[in-house]
Amino acid sequence: MSNEESKPKTPPAVPPPATPPPAAKVGPTAPVTPKPPAAKPAAPGATAKAVPRRSFLNWMTLAWTAFTASMLAAGTATARFMFPNVLFEPPATFKAGFPNEIQAGQVDERFKSKGVWLVRTNFDQWANASGIYALSTVCTHLGCTPNWLEGEQKFKCPCHGSGYYKTGVNFEGPTPRPLERFAISLADDGQILVDKSKKFQAEKGEWINPQAFLKL
Amino acid sequence: MSNFTDRLKTAFKSLSPANVGQYIQESQIYRSIFRVGVPDSDRKRMLVMLGSVFLHLHPVKVRKSGIRMRYTWCMGGITFFLFLVLTFTGLLLMFYYRPTLEYAYVDIVDLREQVPLGIMREIHRWGAHAMVIAVWLHMFRVFMTGSYKPPREFNWNVGVILLVLTLLLSFTGYLLPWDQLAIWAITVGSNMARATPFAGSEGPGSALLKLGDIGFVTSSSDARFALLGGRFVGESALLRFYVLHCVGLPLVAGFLMAIHFWRIRRDGGISGPL
Repeated sequence: MSNEESKPKTPPAVPPPATPPPAAKVGPTAPVTPKPPAAKPAAPGATAKAVPRRSFLNWMTLAWTAFTASMLAAGTATARFMFPNVLFEPPATFKAGFPNEIQAGQVDERFKSKGVWLVRTNFDQWANASGIYALSTVCTHLGCTPNWLEGEQKFKCPCHGSGYYKTGVNFEGPTPRPLERFAISLADDGQILVDKSKKFQAEKGEWINPQAFLKL
Repeated sequence: MSNFTDRLKTAFKSLSPANVGQYIQESQIYRSIFRVGVPDSDRKRMLVMLGSVFLHLHPVKVRKSGIRMRYTWCMGGITFFLFLVLTFTGLLLMFYYRPTLEYAYVDIVDLREQVPLGIMREIHRWGAHAMVIAVWLHMFRVFMTGSYKPPREFNWNVGVILLVLTLLLSFTGYLLPWDQLAIWAITVGSNMARATPFAGSEGPGSALLKLGDIGFVTSSSDARFALLGGRFVGESALLRFYVLHCVGLPLVAGFLMAIHFWRIRRDGGISGPL
């Protein structure tokens, strides 16, 4: 308020603007408002209703801020456009038949197209039990899909030759880490339920997680 | 009758190349297109260059050494020529190719087996390989002749972006045949986007962007996802790569090429010492 009072001091002859510039603008946006040379009045030919120079700058600030904000909003919305809400992909969670459909020691390839091998084992060293685990079909080297070679009892990736044991642990080729395992459980109707949204990585010690193995 | 024959004879006699040329050059059609006329003086030559939307991108004068093949290898020009070839052949291929899982591969086979001039796709393919090679050689030449130095440093940077665009065009085009090679190459290639800092789900910093337990950058919301339109290389990835390959990237490349050519002129002409 004290700022306002000091302003019309210089030219006493000119009647002060009928509507003084909005006082509220002075406080918070003080750095934006340039310190005017004391000798200069608002504008030479300014009528009472013209926007004075000081508040004009504030209007410009407001306009540019609004413009920038709207551009940012439009840009964000456009970027969001590239991320679809609905995916026409297989669901992350699916039922994979009954446990007794898989023999012990067998690699079940029925769900390979959904990205999962079901393996039943008599003993799993991480779970310390017998049961079924769900292996991801994505090679941990560069993301191709390996093949299960029954004769050699290993997963072999055709892209760069990475090899994995039946457990999913890597032993040859360029891959740096074992295959991932997915969360596996029993559904209410007794079928195996695989949840691909939860993955467990051996090198992080996650295979001991009870969700990563279906004890039978 | 003989009068008419005589007049016809005189008319034919006056039909010398010079007269016809003059007649054409004085016609309104010609003058509306070519304002300056035959560029027979330095001033007219300059006006021709300035008055044409195509020529104004080029230098008015070129040093003799600047167009020596041994010096420039003409690699920039060859690159542009190949770009034009690829644009033209690509346009023709678009009349037959449908970017869907059902048709993509069979359309590519049909382009070879059923469509007349079955080498059209091969021209596009080999032209693409040649363009990548030409771009690298052009860059190599520019580097070895020191043509990246001021005042040409801006144009060097434009060129680097054009190099990246060329590689991206090559990358996106690689998926379109939709065979095993294409699918797995793009699977492997796009996995690199996972490692993008902050924007990739497995990249550095992306784990920081989360609110409580909910991460903002997951495999369903990262850079790779935006590129593929899904979590793996599927139908939407094919469509996105098709659009980028046929429209998006060529538009950007064409825009930058105009700047690139125009800056050659602004920055002291085709290579050579300043």
